[in-house]
Amino acid sequence: MNQPLPAGGRSTRVAGAAARWVLGKIGGGLFVLWAVATAIFFGIRMIPGDPAEAIMGGPGSQASAEALAQARADYGLDAPLYVQYFSQLWRLSTGDLGTSYSLKTPVSEVLGELVPPTLVLAVLALLVAWALALVVAVLSTRSGALGSALASGLEIVSAAVPHFWLASVLIMLFATALGWLPPVSTNAPAGLVLPVATLALPLAGFLGQVMRDTLEAAHRSPFALSARARGESETGVLLRHSLRHAALPGIALSGWAFGSLLSGAVVVESIFARPGLGRSLLSAVTARDIPMVTGVALLSAGAYVVIMAFSDLAERLADPRMAGS
Amino acid sequence: MNATAPLLRVENLDVAFGETPVVLDVSFTVNPGECLALVGESGSGKSVTARSLIGLAGPGSTVRANALEVAGVDARGLSQRAWRSIRGKRVGFILQDALTSLDPLRKIGKEIDDALRLHGSGSGAARAARVVELLEAVGLDDPVRRASQRSGELSGGMRQRALIASAIALDPALVIADEPTTALDATIAAQVMDLLGGLRAAGSGMLLISHDLAAVANLADSIAVMQGGRIVESGPAERILGDPQHPYTRALLAAVPAGKPRFAPLSPASTRASTPLPDTPQESQAGGRPVLRAEALSKSFTVPGGPDFAAVKDVGFELHAGRTLGVVGESGSGKTTTARMALGLLAPDAGTVELFGEPWSQVPEAARRTRRSALGAIYQDPLSSFDPRLSAGALLADALSFGATRNPRKHAAKISELLALVGLDKDLAGRNPATLSGGQRQRLAIARALAPNPRVLICDEPVSALDVSIQAQVLDLLDDLQRRLGLSYLFISHDLSVIRHMSDEVLVMQGGKIVESGPTEAVFTAPAHPYTRTLLAASPGVVSGR
Amino acid sequence: MSIERQELPPGDPVLAQHTAKRPAPGTRGLRAVAARLPLLLSAAVLAFFVLAALLPNVLAPFDPLAINPVDAFSPPGAAHLLGTDESGRDIYSRIIHGARPSLLIGAAATAIGLGLALLLGTIAGFGGKWLDFGVGRILEVLFALPGLLLALVFIALAGPGVGTTVVAVGLTTAPGYARMIRAQIIALRTSPMVEAATVLGRSRAKILATHILPNALAPIAVLGTLGLGQAVVWAASLSFLGLGSPPPAPEWGAMLSAGRTYLALAWWMTFFPGLAIVLVAAASTVLSRALKTAGAR
Repeated sequence: MNQPLPAGGRSTRVAGAAARWVLGKIGGGLFVLWAVATAIFFGIRMIPGDPAEAIMGGPGSQASAEALAQARADYGLDAPLYVQYFSQLWRLSTGDLGTSYSLKTPVSEVLGELVPPTLVLAVLALLVAWALALVVAVLSTRSGALGSALASGLEIVSAAVPHFWLASVLIMLFATALGWLPPVSTNAPAGLVLPVATLALPLAGFLGQVMRDTLEAAHRSPFALSARARGESETGVLLRHSLRHAALPGIALSGWAFGSLLSGAVVVESIFARPGLGRSLLSAVTARDIPMVTGVALLSAGAYVVIMAFSDLAERLADPRMAGS
Repeated sequence: MNATAPLLRVENLDVAFGETPVVLDVSFTVNPGECLALVGESGSGKSVTARSLIGLAGPGSTVRANALEVAGVDARGLSQRAWRSIRGKRVGFILQDALTSLDPLRKIGKEIDDALRLHGSGSGAARAARVVELLEAVGLDDPVRRASQRSGELSGGMRQRALIASAIALDPALVIADEPTTALDATIAAQVMDLLGGLRAAGSGMLLISHDLAAVANLADSIAVMQGGRIVESGPAERILGDPQHPYTRALLAAVPAGKPRFAPLSPASTRASTPLPDTPQESQAGGRPVLRAEALSKSFTVPGGPDFAAVKDVGFELHAGRTLGVVGESGSGKTTTARMALGLLAPDAGTVELFGEPWSQVPEAARRTRRSALGAIYQDPLSSFDPRLSAGALLADALSFGATRNPRKHAAKISELLALVGLDKDLAGRNPATLSGGQRQRLAIARALAPNPRVLICDEPVSALDVSIQAQVLDLLDDLQRRLGLSYLFISHDLSVIRHMSDEVLVMQGGKIVESGPTEAVFTAPAHPYTRTLLAASPGVVSGR
Repeated sequence: MSIERQELPPGDPVLAQHTAKRPAPGTRGLRAVAARLPLLLSAAVLAFFVLAALLPNVLAPFDPLAINPVDAFSPPGAAHLLGTDESGRDIYSRIIHGARPSLLIGAAATAIGLGLALLLGTIAGFGGKWLDFGVGRILEVLFALPGLLLALVFIALAGPGVGTTVVAVGLTTAPGYARMIRAQIIALRTSPMVEAATVLGRSRAKILATHILPNALAPIAVLGTLGLGQAVVWAASLSFLGLGSPPPAPEWGAMLSAGRTYLALAWWMTFFPGLAIVLVAAASTVLSRALKTAGAR
């Protein structure tokens, strides 16, 4: 790292490293998907209870022995375990996620309908959270110790606020008391405000903490002093130097942000009665609709792997120090 | 601007952080084509002084002065905007450690271009051409490619050159350089100093900040010595170096080990042991059995995505009882890898190490363990080698009892004895090492190394992180201990003057190989290998004894 | 000495701002207290809820389960400090009585999470290349089901209930802790401290027991404090979704879940139990930060 790179052979080495990186990410991603599918497959069979019962509507349904036997035959549950496992893997690898126990429709169809509304919610919330975190971080570095302390307090509280409570408070305030916004979410702009705010605020609090720390460190760093000594203004130091550094941990936390948004979506979609992945996952969990749960789990694990790969790539592009590691 | 007016005139400068004064009543002038060196140890206020001159003393500071003229401008009461028009344009500022002094996320060319753009110098294309020109002027090869690289892709010397290029982009009349060569190897530092000398020769005024009197000797016309925020002595460089008046200046000069014979005390503060010492160090019987012997050591490390890196190639040496073998080389020369193999921490790929004539590197760790008490080590950063949960006394109790107890009361007498041996107050036993000063920490590390009563100490850059006066005390202590206890040292340092003062024999390493070895005086007075000559030429004052 | 000492007007904003905030003599003590205020408040909040968990009857004026339909939906006031719910039960008393189950669930989940993390983290940190690789893959899979998702999948398999909630939340928090513990152990294993102990002749086992483990476990206090707040939030989230404690129990998440139905009618049913959760979570964050700073010296 201290030595300058030799000029020759660099491009071929970089290409080789890039190919290894891509293959590694694909292999790692496939492994994660296989592990999730396998864990759920064996998990359900290790726990007392009959999957056939769940198909017939859960333990309370008191389905007849014939009906249970029929369900077992329909869903292939009477075959030996290893046959079931490998045929399950085969089906999954061909993109067939099976049929939902409770909805009796193909899981992939259901997911296809559920992804867009959740995606709209999550992307909007992510953008708002980034904007809020950056604004608070920048303002606090410009307003001295008091502003910094205030921002820190704000971030700790907003990062600690659970989604379900924040959603309730926002509904009470803006829907019930003031009547400005609907308590039920639609895709109309007004219907999106409260769910997006619910998802964005805790995320902004968390991102803000990390970004502000980095921003303040960058502001105090020798390279910022060099820039000032060159005649750079405080705004220039911020725009040309500190902000880039502050963005790095934000990118690195993308995976975490994804988790926060997905967890939040479960709660928010339930509270605001908004169709989406989260709400359907909750009803699938309540009904113990295993194909549906497996489908959502595989989908989000896949999304997570892709997001992590992109955030890794973005970090390497933004920070040459990462490229060698 | 009047050509005869000073570029920098400072009268009675005071800087305080909150209630704490850090610079007191400092006055000096710098004329065009002249270099003033501000020399002092850490905490002397020299860096804060330098930063005050460009209005960047830092958060929480209050700056007062009777006169503060920077490049012909009365800088008292300047607006922020007016300061910005001076910084970079009339005053160039060069910081230490360019790895973080240049933004690691931005291209070198962009950083240099900023200085040009901020002061409205030319079109984009003209500026780009000027950037390449500047990089060439500071001696970087392939300047077009360098401009598109980031600081992490350059070596330390290249980074420092790039930083200088960004500071001199607009031909400032005054250049302020704050420890510009401190993080660099001696040969690279000498090149950077030459570059700064060229700027001065071209008519720039220069303020050079350094902790090292020897390092500024070649460049400075006058020197001001700072201690505790004040200038204690100032005058022409020859006078300060040749006939120092103030006791602190004398102590600083005396602390420089260059040219002081073996065992001559470097620090007036070093109190010699009251016990009578043998007149001469225990001479080893020539041809006697060495205490530590290495033969044909080699070690390579695998580098991900690249060829193996050979850190040490075919290194052999003999260390005799009561003697010091110095190992000198620049970063990456394989010094530390050699030390780790000698300590039995790293298995050599080829070659052997013998301790007291018995196999050492080839035996399993379990067999080495019982013999380890004969071999101790001290490091550059003692604090990181201490368990952060233990007090000084507990560290010594642990070492004295071979790990059986950490209760300082179990070995109270022995702990007091050890602390006294290294010149520490016995009341320090209850303190956590993190609360001790750098010099005290190194003394504690030496005490711990001595606890098992070793015959050989391996010292890896033991004084490199210390101020020169503290370094002198620690070197005096090591000398003293060697004579009283008959210890043998394998002494590793990048600093030729330290090595020359401490060693009986010396190895010069470069790129993992020994390029020259022999009795210290012979190697230093008649170097045979060109690399040794380059090293010596790059270290002012080592050969002549200043 | 000098006749005309002129103070430089602070043109630099950085300089100006910090010069301005220099405390006047006498306000220093006040500033010190102000700086510690968040920490003191957080300690007080946690102490209050721990006391509530230990001695709910001392702090609560009413029986948390006593039904009194006449008083149903009373707003906060003199008779009922924080109002009553749909059956006339006192919200304040229910929050006090809810402290024990809520904190216990949080503590148990944190213990499971940290325990699992400790196991995985030490195996990865000490076990050598292949075990480290294996544990790394397991963690990767757990990370790929972030937050509530892993808990929900687990509940889908094991069925809802308090016990499941505890395990599910523990499982959710484990991978993050495991990664931290592993990194800590690996950093310690290659530290100069361990090298110095080796040079002094200590055996691997001895170094492990006396240097690496104690220093690796030191951050557990920080993680545990931070984790408690998070676990309380996760567990309450699951209860709120109807997957944890069943309704009549005075557990904070369950109270929120019940209040959800009457959001438009009785905001206090939802607001105050939620506030208790926010207070615990924020206080534990502040406290863990203070512990971390104290630990870093």
